[in-house]
Amino acid sequence: MNRRDFLKKALTITGLTLMGEKAFSESSSYSKGNKANRKNWEKYENIKANGIKVEEPYAIVVDLTRCIGCRRCEWACNEWNKNPNKPLKEFEESKDKTPSVFDKNRRTHAGEFTVVNRFYEGKNPIYVKKQCMHCLEPACLSACFVDAFKKTEYGSVLYNPSLCVGCRYCMVACPFDIPAYEYYDPLTPQITKCTMCFDRITENKVPACVEICPADAMNFGKRSEILRIAYERIHNNPGRYVHHIYGEHEAGGTSWLYISGTDFEKLGFPKLDKTPIPKLSKNFLFTVKVLEIVAAAPLVWAAYYMISKDKKR
Amino acid sequence: MKEGSFLREKIFLGMSLKEYLKSHATLWNFIALIILSFSFYSMAYRLFYGLGPATNLSDTYPWGLWISFDILVGIALAAPGLTVATAVYLFGIKDYKNFAKPAVLSSLLGYIFAVFALMFDLGRYYRVFYVIGWSWGLDSILFLIAWHFFLYILICLIEWSPSLFEWLGKERLKEIFSKLGIWATAFGVIIAGGHQSALGGLFLVAKTKIHPLWYSSLLPLFFLISAIFAGISMVIIESTLAHKFFIDRIKNFNKAEFESKTIGLGKALAVVLILYILLKLLDLAHYEKWYYLLTSYGYLYLFENIGFIFIPILLLIFSIKRNKASIVRVSAFLVAFGIILNRFNVSLIAYNWYIPFQEKYYPTWMELSLSLGIVTLIILFYRFIVRRMAILH
Repeated sequence: MNRRDFLKKALTITGLTLMGEKAFSESSSYSKGNKANRKNWEKYENIKANGIKVEEPYAIVVDLTRCIGCRRCEWACNEWNKNPNKPLKEFEESKDKTPSVFDKNRRTHAGEFTVVNRFYEGKNPIYVKKQCMHCLEPACLSACFVDAFKKTEYGSVLYNPSLCVGCRYCMVACPFDIPAYEYYDPLTPQITKCTMCFDRITENKVPACVEICPADAMNFGKRSEILRIAYERIHNNPGRYVHHIYGEHEAGGTSWLYISGTDFEKLGFPKLDKTPIPKLSKNFLFTVKVLEIVAAAPLVWAAYYMISKDKKR
Repeated sequence: MKEGSFLREKIFLGMSLKEYLKSHATLWNFIALIILSFSFYSMAYRLFYGLGPATNLSDTYPWGLWISFDILVGIALAAPGLTVATAVYLFGIKDYKNFAKPAVLSSLLGYIFAVFALMFDLGRYYRVFYVIGWSWGLDSILFLIAWHFFLYILICLIEWSPSLFEWLGKERLKEIFSKLGIWATAFGVIIAGGHQSALGGLFLVAKTKIHPLWYSSLLPLFFLISAIFAGISMVIIESTLAHKFFIDRIKNFNKAEFESKTIGLGKALAVVLILYILLKLLDLAHYEKWYYLLTSYGYLYLFENIGFIFIPILLLIFSIKRNKASIVRVSAFLVAFGIILNRFNVSLIAYNWYIPFQEKYYPTWMELSLSLGIVTLIILFYRFIVRRMAILH
């Protein structure tokens, strides 16, 4: 970049900042100033301070055979979490439009906690909603070196923006590629992701995306209850589903579960075994500590020997 | 400026400011100045406008050149302190005494500047001390690395401080810190071994993202062993360059002795390289990865391990037999380059290996210039210290 380009870029950025986030409606990666993190974290602290308990963690099952690709969940999520948003109509029309947002496989970004992608089985479209899976043993949590994530009793994995140093190791660790980053904030960037609408489920409401879904593709409830519903649906509709609940055991289990008529691997789900990701790092940390303790003895002896040899001379 | 003042004698090497600046008006310094001005510009741009405009980092590639080069490569190449200083100070291998002080200095500078570069990569760098005393993520490998970096810089400072106190003429402090240095070295083996392997351990969690040829549960061990041979090869490279550029600083230079020491280092290098390649073969066999070798990633893997591990082993064996130090030096350069390639492969090229090539990360010129500036700063500080303190003799 030469100086002119730099000035141009600098002015563009200043200009866009002045114009506000709407200017970036097409690309949410530029989004910054996430408000959901702090709101939910304060809510969590509040609940902790008041000693409110919950019987069992919550979960959501997504029935991919029901999803119609209207993208209302994306709109509702943006609306509730105060992310940059567009009129609902623009979301709904994208499944019939060409070119369409569905042409590209999307992932979550700073101002976008959930995205719906389209896959094809023959000629039939299959829509797959993507958001934080809220792992039972979250990789992001164990990756964080300042302990900025919490797995709450409600099932939500929450992020504390007042501790985060911005190393982005959680993004490397997440097997589902969920945490996104506010790269365009020079001073106070945050990790952003779905909170499972912690600020709603703690008030006996269902998550915003679940509430708005017109196809009844999502069910929210206690995890054991949700697993029961998922199993029942698979058994009562022979041939409609593959015999697998994605998320029941993947990476040690997740709070978002999926049932589908097509193999999950064809729908962009990573193939994971039952090992929780944190286990991989915990095993290593344990081994290192053992070796460090074992190595200490001969090293101390060597140091002592060298010093006493020096003294003799 | 007074004759014999501290500034004149110690900092300006006995010259007046004018003479000192004049003596520095060389082509190399001019090039360094240009690199540094681009680098400082990039640093300022990053601080004012953020990572987004300054880098090509994205949600898919949260880590880029600064982590791969400044941290992963930088720390591996800053391992001379772990290898040679330990051999000399702790195990009393006196033959390599002359190599120990430069080794410690390069580790010290390597770590300090790696952490300095990291500050530009961290989104909220001003909170970095949180990890030391505010909030502990005890299950995180990065937590272990952060603490080990912090401790290891202290260890390097203690190991280096006798040279500093000698320069300042504080004999008593020099004595104290020389003794303390032995304990620091002992402790340093644990700390350096721990974090060198932990840098590989960082990627254990990315099992689904790293190409199977590079992903292995042995990653920590590979990183540790490769850091050890990186350290040895850097000692060879450094001594080669020091004898070329700072020959005036070395008292009683004995060429024959220097050559035989270099070959001795070459022997150690060969042993560690052979150990490494055997473990690599075990890794291929145990996890049955042979099938991948005939893919494009396989060719890259073969290029890395044959070109920069296997061929250097052959060269080293040849040079030891023929007593040719020059070939040891060539091998050392190859090995150091191989480390760079390996760290880039693990953290960038084989990372997200399934996404199309055009969506892959490549650095912006600002990322490149910042990293280049860090290297320049290390060289300048190394030169500054070597010209003043008794490091090379």
